[in-house]
Amino acid sequence: MPVGRKLFFITLAIVALAVLDQLFERGFGDLRINPYYARIVSLAGINITLAVSLTLINGLAGQFSIGHAGFMAVGGYAGTYLTVYHGAAIASFLGGTPLEGPGSVLVMIASLAVAACAAGLAGLVVGIPSLRLRGDYLAIVTLGFGEIIRVIILNIPAVGGATGFTAALPITSFFWIFGVALLTIVVVRNIATSTFGRALGAIRTDEIAAEAMGIQTTRYKVAAFVISSALAGMAGALWGQLFANPLNPQNLNFVKSIEVIIMIVLGGLGSITGAVLGATTLTVLPEALRTFDQQFPGLRMVLYALLLILLMIYRPQGIMGRRELSFAWLRRSTRDDGPAAPAAGAGKDAADG
Amino acid sequence: MAEPAPAYLLDVRNVSKRFGGLTAVRNVSLQVPAGTVYGLIGPNGAGKTTVFNLLTGVYAPTDGQILFDGTPIHGRRPHQIARYGITRTFQNIRLFSDMTVLENVMTAHHLRTAQNIFDAIVGTGRSHREEREMRERAMHLLSIFGLAGLADEPATSLPYGSQRRLEIARALATRPRLLLLDEPAAGMNPQEAVGLMDTIRWIRDEFSLTVLLVEHNMKVVMGICETIQVIDHGESIATGTPAEIQSNPRVIEAYLGAC
Repeated sequence: MPVGRKLFFITLAIVALAVLDQLFERGFGDLRINPYYARIVSLAGINITLAVSLTLINGLAGQFSIGHAGFMAVGGYAGTYLTVYHGAAIASFLGGTPLEGPGSVLVMIASLAVAACAAGLAGLVVGIPSLRLRGDYLAIVTLGFGEIIRVIILNIPAVGGATGFTAALPITSFFWIFGVALLTIVVVRNIATSTFGRALGAIRTDEIAAEAMGIQTTRYKVAAFVISSALAGMAGALWGQLFANPLNPQNLNFVKSIEVIIMIVLGGLGSITGAVLGATTLTVLPEALRTFDQQFPGLRMVLYALLLILLMIYRPQGIMGRRELSFAWLRRSTRDDGPAAPAAGAGKDAADG
Repeated sequence: MAEPAPAYLLDVRNVSKRFGGLTAVRNVSLQVPAGTVYGLIGPNGAGKTTVFNLLTGVYAPTDGQILFDGTPIHGRRPHQIARYGITRTFQNIRLFSDMTVLENVMTAHHLRTAQNIFDAIVGTGRSHREEREMRERAMHLLSIFGLAGLADEPATSLPYGSQRRLEIARALATRPRLLLLDEPAAGMNPQEAVGLMDTIRWIRDEFSLTVLLVEHNMKVVMGICETIQVIDHGESIATGTPAEIQSNPRVIEAYLGAC
């Protein structure tokens, strides 16, 4: 795409986000969105960022991380810490406070940048030792990492400890949530469709053959993991600074990581469109089922579980399989892709013959 | 042996590989002159694939040296060795199974690209230009192997013989100087094997390659190799022209004795 067209699309996206931001946050005169619905949309946006970023490592590179909430926590706490303790000073560069005026934009950008750097650095520290090896080591290490982060945070009074980071300022808005979600989708899509995406796909299907074709497997796995972690960190900073949604170590445990994994498996592991659909479904569905709660308390979660089980029985490859929603796909949507072929090289050794 | 290094493209000096108490390769030396087709044969379990795995960095030798064009490469990682210009095919085909035929070859082109991951994320002109070049070069290679019409088919949907040819096309995409073929004729019918011999000769000349192959099909080995080396129980027992090998009593004993 030429630079001119790229700039055009970026401008278009910013204008559209600003208009929707006004609609969702304040409304146009009498036209207002129910704050409850606006809230669900915001949470869906953050979950989209989490799910699409996890797609990069679990779906494209085929490395099983189950510590996404840990990176979300690192980014969330780092970004929120910056806003709470240095936000006023940063805002004063451009005038205003962290909540108002041109300074608030600078605070949000700084908060997201710090969140991305902190979580990316954590991803590097976790990734280098565990991604040198083939197999399930990453799952074990990320699981442990998530718990370590949670326990560390519990013991830091400056960020609220077990009570949660209640001092957080509600600077997150629709604009930033969906701006980051769009950024995440574009970054992951561009990697997926590039020569790096193919290199990650080679690593996923057959690491020995990938190495023999000159692909630096460890380096690419670590790069994908760091990018994925940094994006999750930005999602954490948005989540922690959402109105009346303080960061709390209890909400960023193992269960949250599994929730993100369910989103991408439900949507179709390896598909960005699937991750978006899965994140949206799993945010909206539990809320939509609340209507049952008045008559049959507790039935909601039973139905939720049942729907997930049925979907996995009748569509084990997820909603999208590995496909993406694209114009090319819509044109030949009649073609069936069937279940994913088993990886020919998986488990085979470089055995003697 | 005392010649200066570039006398041979590949110079393996007294290499051994032990797995615990088992010595898979013992004191094997191998001198492959540039531009030749060199055959490595031996009964099952003789250590041929272990030699390949040593040459491509899957294993590091326990003892000895491997020089490629005068540069020591023993103990290097497989991706570094691919960068030096050695690629291989696999005895049990290892295509990237959920990619198309074209994507398999394009993936191997990755080694010779200049872009970094940020070019890909931002979508710079360089990444788009290289993507186009990769696609063109990959299509060119596929047409050489008669696979251009199947470019968008899943790689695993090809018949066995075509999968073997696709693996060779993928290996050539890394622009090697030395191509290692691990039983390229395995599973091919006699016509396909004859076609394979022509292809190997042709790519050797066209890409100025040196070819080292392991093969059980004696018709193929005797037909295209200038030099043949025989390995038995991890040790080199004979080296020579096809005619010399066929009449060598130790080789006959190794093959018939093993039966």
